[in-house]
Amino acid sequence: MATSEIPASTPAQRNIRLTAQQAAALDRKRRFKDRLVNWFIVLGGIFILFAILTIFLYLLSQAWQLFKPTSAMPVNTVVTTTAASPRTGFVTLDERNQIGMRLLPNGTVQFIDAHTGQPTGSKALTLPPNTQISRVQQSGILQGLVGVGLSNGQLLVFKPTYQGRQGADGKAETLADVTFPYGTAPLTVHDGGEPLTEFAIRDTDDSLQVLSNQGNQLHFQVFAEGGAAESSGGLVDEANPDQPAVAPAVGGLVDEANATPAENGPALVRSEDQVVPLTNTNAVRGLYLGQGGRWAFALTADNQVTVLRQQDGQYTPYQTVNVSRDGSPITAASPLQGEISMLFGSAKGRIDQWFMVRQPQLDAEGNEQYQFTPIRHFQLGSSPITVLGTEQRRKGILAGDQQGNVGYFYSTSERVIDKRKIADTPITAVALSTHSDGMLADATGSSTFLDVDAKHPDVSFQSLWGKVWYESYPKPDYVWQSSSGNQDFEAKLSLMPLTFGTLKAAFWAMILAIPLAIAAAMYTAAFMAPSLRTKIKPTIELMQALPTVILGFLAGLWLAPLVTDHLLAVFLLMLILPLVMLLCGFLWMQMPLERRNSIPDGIAPMILLLPLVLTFALVWYFSQPLEHMLFASNGGSLVKWLATVGIDYQSQNALIVGLIMGFAVIAPIYSIAEDALFAVPRHLVNGSLALGATPWQTLTRVVLPTASPGIFSAVMIGFGRAVGETMIVLMATGNTPIMDLNLFNGMRTLSANLAVEMGEAELGSTHLRVLFLSALVLFILTFLVNTVAEVVRNRLRKKYGSL
Amino acid sequence: MKMKDYFRSGDAWVWVNAGAVTLCLMMILGMLTLLAVKGLSHFWPKAIMQATYVADAANPQPVVGEIADTKSDPVARLLESGQPAPPGIDPLAKVERWSIKQGNKDITGQDFQWVTVPFLKDIRYPADLMMIERTTGGNLYGRLQSVTLNGQVITGNAAQASLQQAIDRVDELRTQAHDLEKGDIASVNYKMEQLRLDERKLQLKNKLDATAQAEIAERRSELENQFNAQNTKLQAINDSMDRDKAVFMIADGSTHDVSVHDMMYATAPNAMGIGAKVSQFFTNFWHFLSEDPREANTEGGVFPAIFGTITMVFIMTVLVTPLGVIAAIYLREYASQGRFTQMVRIAVNNLAGVPSIVYGVFGLGFFIYVLGGRIDQLFYPESLPQPVFGTPGLMWASITLALLTLPVVIVSTEEGLSRIPRSLREGSLALGATKVETLWRVILPMAMPSILTGVILAIARAAGEVAPLMLVGVVKLAPDLPVDLNAPFVHLDRKFMHLGFHIYDVGFQSPNVEAARPLVYATAFLLVLLVALLNLAAIALRNRLRERFKALET
Repeated sequence: MATSEIPASTPAQRNIRLTAQQAAALDRKRRFKDRLVNWFIVLGGIFILFAILTIFLYLLSQAWQLFKPTSAMPVNTVVTTTAASPRTGFVTLDERNQIGMRLLPNGTVQFIDAHTGQPTGSKALTLPPNTQISRVQQSGILQGLVGVGLSNGQLLVFKPTYQGRQGADGKAETLADVTFPYGTAPLTVHDGGEPLTEFAIRDTDDSLQVLSNQGNQLHFQVFAEGGAAESSGGLVDEANPDQPAVAPAVGGLVDEANATPAENGPALVRSEDQVVPLTNTNAVRGLYLGQGGRWAFALTADNQVTVLRQQDGQYTPYQTVNVSRDGSPITAASPLQGEISMLFGSAKGRIDQWFMVRQPQLDAEGNEQYQFTPIRHFQLGSSPITVLGTEQRRKGILAGDQQGNVGYFYSTSERVIDKRKIADTPITAVALSTHSDGMLADATGSSTFLDVDAKHPDVSFQSLWGKVWYESYPKPDYVWQSSSGNQDFEAKLSLMPLTFGTLKAAFWAMILAIPLAIAAAMYTAAFMAPSLRTKIKPTIELMQALPTVILGFLAGLWLAPLVTDHLLAVFLLMLILPLVMLLCGFLWMQMPLERRNSIPDGIAPMILLLPLVLTFALVWYFSQPLEHMLFASNGGSLVKWLATVGIDYQSQNALIVGLIMGFAVIAPIYSIAEDALFAVPRHLVNGSLALGATPWQTLTRVVLPTASPGIFSAVMIGFGRAVGETMIVLMATGNTPIMDLNLFNGMRTLSANLAVEMGEAELGSTHLRVLFLSALVLFILTFLVNTVAEVVRNRLRKKYGSL
Repeated sequence: MKMKDYFRSGDAWVWVNAGAVTLCLMMILGMLTLLAVKGLSHFWPKAIMQATYVADAANPQPVVGEIADTKSDPVARLLESGQPAPPGIDPLAKVERWSIKQGNKDITGQDFQWVTVPFLKDIRYPADLMMIERTTGGNLYGRLQSVTLNGQVITGNAAQASLQQAIDRVDELRTQAHDLEKGDIASVNYKMEQLRLDERKLQLKNKLDATAQAEIAERRSELENQFNAQNTKLQAINDSMDRDKAVFMIADGSTHDVSVHDMMYATAPNAMGIGAKVSQFFTNFWHFLSEDPREANTEGGVFPAIFGTITMVFIMTVLVTPLGVIAAIYLREYASQGRFTQMVRIAVNNLAGVPSIVYGVFGLGFFIYVLGGRIDQLFYPESLPQPVFGTPGLMWASITLALLTLPVVIVSTEEGLSRIPRSLREGSLALGATKVETLWRVILPMAMPSILTGVILAIARAAGEVAPLMLVGVVKLAPDLPVDLNAPFVHLDRKFMHLGFHIYDVGFQSPNVEAARPLVYATAFLLVLLVALLNLAAIALRNRLRERFKALET
């Protein structure tokens, strides 16, 4: 464009006549502007890079928290009066790590400042005169009861309570107190007055269950609120235990039951006393009640555990198992939180977790069988374990030994959170705060407070990707079950079922998409008439523009019921359609050459349109009667026949996902593969054809190998798309996290799981962080796949450049 | 040609490849046709059928309703599932079955019924059957017996016209009530809430002294007076809507009084000619576009969802366009073309392939929990613990989608920039222009079509994306639009409705999926239409661009 065309009056023309000063000023202004914009753009560019990096780093930082090293660091140790023996020691901590409690040997509950270890107050239990504490046993940790066995055969039950409140200076502070839900007066357990040393307590809604040992005979007693008149008359005659008398006042006690646990409850009377026969004559060393009172465990001096089973309120011995795994005596035992598992500590410092496992076979009478089974173990030190404890809200294990070591382990993830020597004397009691961020451990003569840094001990690499033996499961397994209504729920956060589901969905989608997309790309690039190509290609590419929520909706609400009704047709079509294509081609070839030449080349897809649509309609229509004839013995349904050969059919299954997600990934694969095939230089093709190769030979021997990296990258990109797709799988899979290769079963994918659970996960919880981790896994997986594809594609581009 | 040659020459396989193209075409065209047919048929006034269903000879059952769905099953399968089948038919033969939408949900309790067609006797389409769309309780099908218009009972031929008159009147009143509710009353409520926040703000700053308190109390009582006045007005309108009623006889012959207050539209589709049906089709379509959803989203229109989608996409576009263009210019024009830039380019390309749900997770975690929580602490302490920006909302959804579509704009813009011949840049620089001037006057105008293509593709992607939105701001029912007449007019903290999510929600979470299905198809069709049009526009632009540069290169 010549400058002379600009009319003389334009501003540009006028600006040319400038003084030197003006010109310099203008130049400065222009240069300034240039530099400014320069900076601005560089800044903008860097901002974008930063944003990309932020996504990755943020997800990483969230997921990293799961694998951070954990520790329990001693903050202070003070010399104090503590229980002489682990059997009578007891400590607790509040929620905020401010106040703890300790039971002193004289029956006084001492309140202590957690951080300094100094006593701040105390409250005495009302022990009868001339009695000592012979044993302290806690109920299930969620019930929060502490039973104090006395030397006169009586039992005193108290409950440590903490109340948060706003202090005078506006800071939150905690008040500690002791309440007596079952009355301040001791309950008589041993009528003969022998010391109460071996017992277990359990709180039901309105009564206290006590299992105790009287001279190697077990007694199961129930204490409930009752009228004074029946205080002794209602007791069971010990000589006649088969007829347990029910307290006559049961009906009356429900409405007046202690509604507020903070208040002291009324005194109770014994309403039931059941003698449980125990065949083992060795001294009983410990008694424990399992979850819901369904099982009870009696540890005897010969390291045997007799498992008692409760049926209709009656306990009977079920089996006896030796629980010493390293040959040394059992020195401590405790139930794990939830009371499904038992923990046993040995004289060599080993801690074993056991629970009742349902057996695959039924017994002779057709009942389910259970076996007390060792699950996993931890090692604290080499000296005898003296105390075992458990975390309040999770499945953590606390242990202390003879030489003053304490350890904190986590059962599900098998993680050792920390092991530390805090004293030279035996540990007598140990407890964690409610949030598991502080630990109070008493040794004989001293007490230590430890700062615990373990926010997510419940997850480890092994528990995320390996098989884990969860409580009540018959065998180790991969399970995803992130939440439940129960407080003692063991979170099952295995990413395996989700990853498996993701790959399964992607696999079936690719099975459909790869052949269709690549075959279509081959025809479009090599044979199709150019005028047709310009229309067909954008049309097929439109497939990837369809919002996936619509495809998912069609999959779930339209296709799923349709395929269930026409399952046979789907499989028949896969067989018949290619045959029809071949047949149509063959018939076309039978036409005289002159006739064929009058029709333009490369419009075969249009020729095939009508026959294929017709075939489709015919197969669809006649498949149902055919199905009925073929499977007449199975009610005329293929689905029912599948059930008889052991294949479960769900209407939302991998086949539906394969069909619809295959549809969604055809377009990207087709588009990229076609580009790669089309870009193969013409002279290669022409050379091959000139040497006498048929068009098909040229395509498969020359064009395909040249373009194969491009096709590879197309497949990779399609795979990446299928892996990350959310809405289709969310709406068409049923979202059950099962690991099952069955084509007719559903699955749950990583992406759908995020969509379902992300909004509900509690802030800061392990669950949320595992979800972040699964997002990171998705991010890295797709990023890697795409990078490989991109690098391969760039190589190919360079190669074509040189050809 | 022999069969052997057919295979040996490879022609056979070429035909199979051609078949793959045909199958792809069948799939995409079939799917679009399915959506168009199912989506648009929702608006077509359907005939109301009347028949007697005699599946049980002892108990003939009158049936009145629209045919909602048809299906044909082999007789054997019907018998298998315990359904009545006509005798004397080959068990492998198929019989037709219809799903009848009978309406009158509030009276009969059954909206849909599957019937086997051979059992339907005496199928007629009487012209006097009417379909009434109601605000609650779904459709009503029946014969109009009489109308009470302003106390005057009208029967016979004039009744239908009077009913229309009564409905028109109620419609007008309803518009007034709606305007009042969404306008003045909503505005008063909004001001009340602002007043409460102001009070809390003063309280937090320890400036809530007696004068401020008195002022606030005065303003509050003034607002309360306004509210009461408006409410009385609204009550009066609502009362006056109850004036008229109509009596209908339904399928089983019983008559029912229906207040005109509940009626939205009354039509007699059997009496309509083709012209009337076409006009009714467009009326229905307009209602769908312009109305609020009713009955837990299963009826009514999708206006808030359209509005939410457009607002969100608009804000996203405003964010993504400058960012994407600047990033592309940086990568292509400013950064040195070394290994690092190549790596960044691949990374940007790959971001387009990162699953959208991952962006949603990032948006929820980083934007909402981290940034939003911080913003609330700094700027909105008065509304805590109620979060303002620390909860999913319009702004975070727009930003998340902007991040999601950023690679689309960058890649497209970069492609456009790379196609501009070097000679043009050098020519401009040689004439003394600075880099910025070259960029602004020469390069950007030439790259404009590709930038536009990128933006259009980004919009199309964002309009159809649902997964991340579920985490960062979309809800099934938003009480208020994100844009209204209360300052600051655009409420970035509000949650919003979205067409794509509407499909998911109504199709999978609604209590009455059967009744909502036509509406979901209609919504899906609308969304596909929008996205397909945007994509076609992008393709057309790209093609034009290619032509233009072909001319330049030669």
